Amino acid sequence: MTDIASTRPTSMRDLAAARKREERRTRAFLLAPAMAILIFAASGPLLIVLVYSFLTPGDYGGVVWEFSLKAWFNVFAERDFFTEEIELADAHLSIMWRSIKLSLMTTVICLIIGFPTAYFIATRPRGTRDFWMLLVIIPFWTNLLIRTFAIMELIRNEGTFNSFLVGIGVIDTPIQMMFTEFAVLVGMAYVYLPLMILPIYASMERFDFSLVEAGYDLYATRFQVLRRIILPLVKPGVVAGSILVFVPCLGAYVTPRVLGGGKNMMLGNFIELQFGQGRNWPLGAALALTLLVIVMVALIFYVRAVGREEVRGHG
Amino acid sequence: MARGKGFDVTRQPGFTTVALLCFVMLYLPIVLLVVFSFNDSTSVAEWGGFSLRWYQSALENERVQEATIRSVIIATAASILATGAAVGAALATTRTRPWRGQTVVFAIVNQPLMVPEIVTAVALLIFFAMIKVATGYTGLWYLIIAHTAFCIPFAFLPIRARLQGMDLTLEQAAADLYATPWQAFRRVTLPQLWPGILAGAMLAFVISLDDVVITEFVKSAGQDTLPTYMLGQLRRVVTPEINAISTALLAVSVLLVMAFFFLSRSRK
Repeated sequence: MTDIASTRPTSMRDLAAARKREERRTRAFLLAPAMAILIFAASGPLLIVLVYSFLTPGDYGGVVWEFSLKAWFNVFAERDFFTEEIELADAHLSIMWRSIKLSLMTTVICLIIGFPTAYFIATRPRGTRDFWMLLVIIPFWTNLLIRTFAIMELIRNEGTFNSFLVGIGVIDTPIQMMFTEFAVLVGMAYVYLPLMILPIYASMERFDFSLVEAGYDLYATRFQVLRRIILPLVKPGVVAGSILVFVPCLGAYVTPRVLGGGKNMMLGNFIELQFGQGRNWPLGAALALTLLVIVMVALIFYVRAVGREEVRGHG
Repeated sequence: MARGKGFDVTRQPGFTTVALLCFVMLYLPIVLLVVFSFNDSTSVAEWGGFSLRWYQSALENERVQEATIRSVIIATAASILATGAAVGAALATTRTRPWRGQTVVFAIVNQPLMVPEIVTAVALLIFFAMIKVATGYTGLWYLIIAHTAFCIPFAFLPIRARLQGMDLTLEQAAADLYATPWQAFRRVTLPQLWPGILAGAMLAFVISLDDVVITEFVKSAGQDTLPTYMLGQLRRVVTPEINAISTALLAVSVLLVMAFFFLSRSRK
């Protein structure tokens, strides 16, 4: 009966292989709808953007299917119409610079306000923390357009703030705040503040305050405790919050459009312009990809920074 | 010891002041917006007495009615589709053994969270323009599919978290008792998964209802949703009618988010 001896192991192996195949089939079946939708309406179209950035703009929007590097060239430089000289595209670069500058400033403002707030919540008694967190989460999930509009109501010339100041006689004419970089800055800081508080709080919640006590036992001042004990330990949260604020700021569209107007365009609005009045879809595509690259670099930096922190924390 | 008895180790000078100011700043603009939606004058700065006239005018405004219905249709369809797709993806990433290519799946699912909305918006504008030319179809499905895609990660996260937190022994017991995978899912996994599914669907609904950027780029003429209608109105003279619409939308979001919050708290 050598048959049994020789067939059994193979049939076991067959069984295992069959189960593996079965599992693979189940997995594919379960993943299919999500992957299909995401590839159709999120990942796939990005590749089309890449293709479009190498084409020639059509006269009335759209593209002509002719290969061209002009869009990418125009992201950073332009050829003088008369002298044919190549020079830096000042208009584009200044919009990019404004986007980065305002995003950095927003991040700093959010950090200055958000850090003490997260600290405050983390030092409340356990039972009341949920309440304070809910107060942060509600604006976070409130429509971004509505929050931007709320800021607009506050700062426009006929708005609450100016009316109040005129009413009590501090100023005679309203302070022009709308359609300035200041307005965009206030709006973005307001809109993205919860994104700073949430991750900082998450890392502070686990913070062990006996370490602080030890610091005071060793005659540290309050500032030293903050600087040498608390900050290093909650750094991953601070990095996470900063990236979470910085990244959406870079791609902001609604807030600069409503509060900044045409003069204070950011990258997001400039991209839209190319698909509207600009009628330069390839340039718009190239600018969108430029934005994507900047964001990806920031995210990679973030993963590295947080990853290293974790390694150090365990070591 | 230089410290007195009442020494509070957690205190940092000025932090409480900043925090309390922060909460005031977070809520002051929203509260003013809500208050002036009940204002009986056209001003958003001077109080002219309590009135519901802006709610009435919003309700009677045909464009607002249409946009509201459209928003609800899109958000309902997108949240149902996204939740269904997310349940599948969450099961595949928690209930089968890890496999090569899993990171790719995570990258694709999380893509809408990482790629700036404006980039996805122009990508969809280009792609759907091609389809529109090829097929001539200009209906609502473009918006529904686009919304479904960016809602998937929001539905996926709570559902996956729920699946990971679940006790596996019940599912194993079902398998031991010769339940088919479908029976085990239907009778054992699904009943435990419901809070996660509900939470995911609610998040997806809020996210879809609030979307401005992608909708603004994908919509065809005459397909305004409530947020894009409001965005269009902000360019003109703003009346408190926008406050009234905002307040209504705000109420829906806050209710759903609070329900979500307590749903996810009660699990613990």
